[in-house]
Amino acid sequence: MRFFIRRGTFYIITAWAAVTLNFFLPRIMPGDPVSSAIIKSGGQISPDAINSLKVLFGLDNGQSLWEQYTSYWGQLFRGDLGLSFAFFPTPVSAVIQQSLPWTVGLVGIATILSVILGTTVGTLIGWRRGTKADAVLPVATFFSAVPYFWFGLIAILLFAVTWDFFPASKGYQPGLVPAWNWEFISSVLWHGTLPALTIVVSSISGWILGMRNMMVTVGQEDYVTVAQAKGLKERRVMVSYAARNAVLPQISSFALALGFIVGGTLVMEMVFSYPGIGFVLYQAVNASDYPLMQGCFLVITLAILVANMMADVVYAFLDPRTRQEG
Amino acid sequence: MTTVDTNNLEPQELPRPDAPGVSHTKQGPPKPKKGSQFVFLRNSKAIAGMIILGFFVIIAIIGPWIAPYDPDAFSDQLVAPPSWEHWLGTTHLGQDVLSQLLVGTRYVMIVGFAAGILATILAIVIGVTAGYLGGWSDEGLSLLANIFLVIPALPLLIIVASSLDGGMLVIAVVISLTAWAWGARVLRAQTMSHRRRDYVEAARANGESTWRIVLAEILPNLTAIIASSFVATVTFAILTQVTLAFIGVTSPTDWNWGTILYWAQGNQALARGAWWWFVPAGLCIAAVGVALALINFGIDEFVNPRLRSTGRYARVLRKRGVQARVGFTPIDRGTTHGGVVAKSQPGSPPGGNSSAPETPGETPASTNVKG
Repeated sequence: MRFFIRRGTFYIITAWAAVTLNFFLPRIMPGDPVSSAIIKSGGQISPDAINSLKVLFGLDNGQSLWEQYTSYWGQLFRGDLGLSFAFFPTPVSAVIQQSLPWTVGLVGIATILSVILGTTVGTLIGWRRGTKADAVLPVATFFSAVPYFWFGLIAILLFAVTWDFFPASKGYQPGLVPAWNWEFISSVLWHGTLPALTIVVSSISGWILGMRNMMVTVGQEDYVTVAQAKGLKERRVMVSYAARNAVLPQISSFALALGFIVGGTLVMEMVFSYPGIGFVLYQAVNASDYPLMQGCFLVITLAILVANMMADVVYAFLDPRTRQEG
Repeated sequence: MTTVDTNNLEPQELPRPDAPGVSHTKQGPPKPKKGSQFVFLRNSKAIAGMIILGFFVIIAIIGPWIAPYDPDAFSDQLVAPPSWEHWLGTTHLGQDVLSQLLVGTRYVMIVGFAAGILATILAIVIGVTAGYLGGWSDEGLSLLANIFLVIPALPLLIIVASSLDGGMLVIAVVISLTAWAWGARVLRAQTMSHRRRDYVEAARANGESTWRIVLAEILPNLTAIIASSFVATVTFAILTQVTLAFIGVTSPTDWNWGTILYWAQGNQALARGAWWWFVPAGLCIAAVGVALALINFGIDEFVNPRLRSTGRYARVLRKRGVQARVGFTPIDRGTTHGGVVAKSQPGSPPGGNSSAPETPGETPASTNVKG
């Protein structure tokens, strides 16, 4: 239980830090994004919305910093992240709400696939170290050294332009109405295949390398030697003795790598014009839409915290030591 | 105290005559006796990495001079494929892609290394302080590092960079502010394992100041870890700045590899099938990344001898017709004793795998029991 309390406290502090960072960022930055946006909107913006933006960006000079901070929190709890400039006059929260499921679906499925595949391959390579299987290592190194988005470009060039296998962009066939029918779902799957495959290909090498190194390290522990000396089946030693212990650091590094992977997939969405939160962030950057950018950052950070918490639960489930403490 | 320093430089690297039983029954070679601190330079992976990296550093220095064209100059050959005139083809405005690549190398290298150096300094200051002092300052600094590890760097960088529209040093500073946490975490763990070792206790008993103990006694022993975290940070910085340039949040008129990709993506290079426009830049990024990864493999194998020995021993065993498997403990020639599991073991649980960094070298008692 101590483990969970400790981690829970950490997540609360981190969430607070992220929100506070989000609060201070526009106040430190030079310039006045709100006035420029008001000018751009040509007077269509309501006084209420202006007020909400001013709270978000710290431009209501009458208030002290503390009052600004508390009213900022108040707005957050009401789910008010301001108005988006790029999708005027849609509220930021609505824009994000629309795009979040796409990202969660794509990143979630691709990441889980990549972890499972990478860990399995890493187990096998680490087990058969020194054989031809090691040839995977330089390839994996190359793949981990390339930015995700460049893979996206190459994938589009090969599989969408040169050979017309997959669509090059968008999340579903333009013209279809989102609904729970087979036509729409198949279109979503069809459009999601190439981005998902690219994410798997570019993120898998990290898992392979990590698992391989842990297998090599764990493989020389005494309990593995004993298991082998007992005459247990090869497979059983590999899976239940070596891999079972080697996989624990994989889970904690999963939690840590998540921020990096999500960053990479955000850019991937930009390449594929996939209607997720990364593409929204891209449009926000191009339109200098600061409320939307900040909303994206906040939501992405909170999503990563939730994923981290789930990884912790899995960790505690797999490693009895964390449960026994306290 | 200098003698203590050299003796403790990479304690796990020293030959250990009293290592586990099998060690000196058979074969004698390879002996990392004298000058074992240069083992790193004999590592073929590290050498290959250094050569590739050196090539790009030279390009970064001389690139603008050897570029055949002005990277901004227009010509009437629009989106032309590679030819003798333009080795890597041209862009939608007739600019020479090779020249853009050559000129852009400097930007990439400067930002990468500047961010790497800044982040490593931050990591050393925060990590070593936390590890050495312990207590509340450790709790606080570790919390700070963990927060920075969890908060996604890229979205934050996109926001900051897009509102700063700064030059390359601003980008380097901003990247380094998000990149130090990992190194600090690793350095903290290593410092903690060194804090109670005999040589530090001896220095303390001699009445050396805390500053001197940290700077002159502990830091030299962390060299390999610092180097590996520096290399990893440079990789991160290069990937990140190229990504930022690709998205278009940095100035699109400063040439770097990401800027090339930005213009290529924005001008339908994909639909036109203009592969020469964006493939070379990506390959350059990959080459630098692979070079840095190779250097880091070299350092890793230097720090964690288990990784180094496995491939070699397995190959030797196979020649003798023995199938190497994990359970098959390779013959320990005296170098693999008590390897430090340095990387690849990030978040070991509070009470979990902590045994690893504690042991290297200094357990004559336990080895005597075994022998």
